[in-house]
Amino acid sequence: MELIISGIQQALHLILTANPDIMDIAVRSVRVSGFATLLATLWSLPIGVAIGLFNFFGKNVVKGLFNALLGIPTVVLGLILYLMLAPTGPFGFLGLIYTEIGISIGQAVLITPIIVSFAASSVELIEREIRELALTLGADNIDASIAVIREAASGILLALIAAFNRAVAELGIAIIIGGNIFVRDSALNTRVLTTAIQMYTTRGEIDMAIALGIILLSIVFAVSLLSNLLQRRLVRA
Amino acid sequence: MIELHNVSKSYGSVKALEDVNLRIDRGEIFAIVGHSGAGKTTLLRILALLEKPDSGKYYYKGEIANDSRKREITMVFQKPVMFSGSVYSNVAYGLKIRKYSRKEIEKRVKEALKLVNLEGFEKYNAKRLSGGEQQRVAIARAIAINPEVLIMDEPTANLDLVNATIVEEVIEKISKKGTTVILATHNLFQSRRLSDRVAHIFSGRIVEVSKTEEFFENPKTEISRKFINGELQY
Repeated sequence: MELIISGIQQALHLILTANPDIMDIAVRSVRVSGFATLLATLWSLPIGVAIGLFNFFGKNVVKGLFNALLGIPTVVLGLILYLMLAPTGPFGFLGLIYTEIGISIGQAVLITPIIVSFAASSVELIEREIRELALTLGADNIDASIAVIREAASGILLALIAAFNRAVAELGIAIIIGGNIFVRDSALNTRVLTTAIQMYTTRGEIDMAIALGIILLSIVFAVSLLSNLLQRRLVRA
Repeated sequence: MIELHNVSKSYGSVKALEDVNLRIDRGEIFAIVGHSGAGKTTLLRILALLEKPDSGKYYYKGEIANDSRKREITMVFQKPVMFSGSVYSNVAYGLKIRKYSRKEIEKRVKEALKLVNLEGFEKYNAKRLSGGEQQRVAIARAIAINPEVLIMDEPTANLDLVNATIVEEVIEKISKKGTTVILATHNLFQSRRLSDRVAHIFSGRIVEVSKTEEFFENPKTEISRKFINGELQY
């Protein structure tokens, strides 16, 4: 108990004094996972919305596949991506292993099923009634689809938030693809919050681990809170 | 104005409509009555061009009805569906789609809301209104576009007496303006109060179409007589 209390006290001190190492790791985490979310959104959102909007042969199989991928273990995905991106792998020439971009790409792959499945469900849930309503009011199919997407906006936003939170909180890909590299003032660092927490805990530096844990939780809560406020605004608009 | 010739529709092995023949005249209030599951909603959805019949022909103003007629026919659903946003944005939706000027939209929204006794509700969040108020917004949204045909599926089924009375008054007002109203209901009192003619649908088939008083006073078929007297088993 003493260890926990003193750990929390020291952690708060580190946060309040804006310890440069901790801030550097926290900012990198947000940057890497934010970019991963942005990247995944580019391909996942159109796929998810299309699955929700249109009926096509094999739709249930595609949905089932993305739903199944929701639970993929991050270490397994990390291993697969490592084999792909390692210098001897088929994409080794891209030089993405042990880079921030490499982690972002890995996390983007990880969160793709989250965005696709959640976005598809949000659209599908209201698709029929909103489309029919719009059609009876004189909308053509394009206008009706726009109306459906607008109504599903808060669900889609939730999908993006869930995806970001999953990315920022995962460890497997960050440690396998990133390697937890940290050299002060270097541009090649790949240490993020989860890899740092894991490392400091095993090294017995509990204060640093707790400080980073508090920051990670704060980021997740802050993003969720922000999304909540945005959702309310969207509903009101 | 509207004619259906031998229209049939099935969902899998379930026959929802079978050889339906109907004629609905311009400006009348036409009630479709029948028990739950008789095929009223399917019939309305075909009339509203939301579904296509499996067989048979649907004529609108003498021509085969197609999607180009969608802007002349609108439908109010049994359970009102609201877009997110204000009452104003809901009622204005169909007008914006038709690219009316802002001034014209404001005028029409105001008129439509006045007709359903919801003046001053423009800025309210539509999804936070009561069921009765939402149904009235749905009706205002439909009549704002000044449709030639207004189709209503059980418009007062979930409403209290006050809201139901307001809705019935609105139906009468818009009918007087020349709009053809097609109304599905299992409320026989309502169809007797409001409609000019009644079609009785039973298990996907139209068993009788008569003038309202004739239908209730002297039904042509035994099924209709039993239905009116509450003796029909189904």
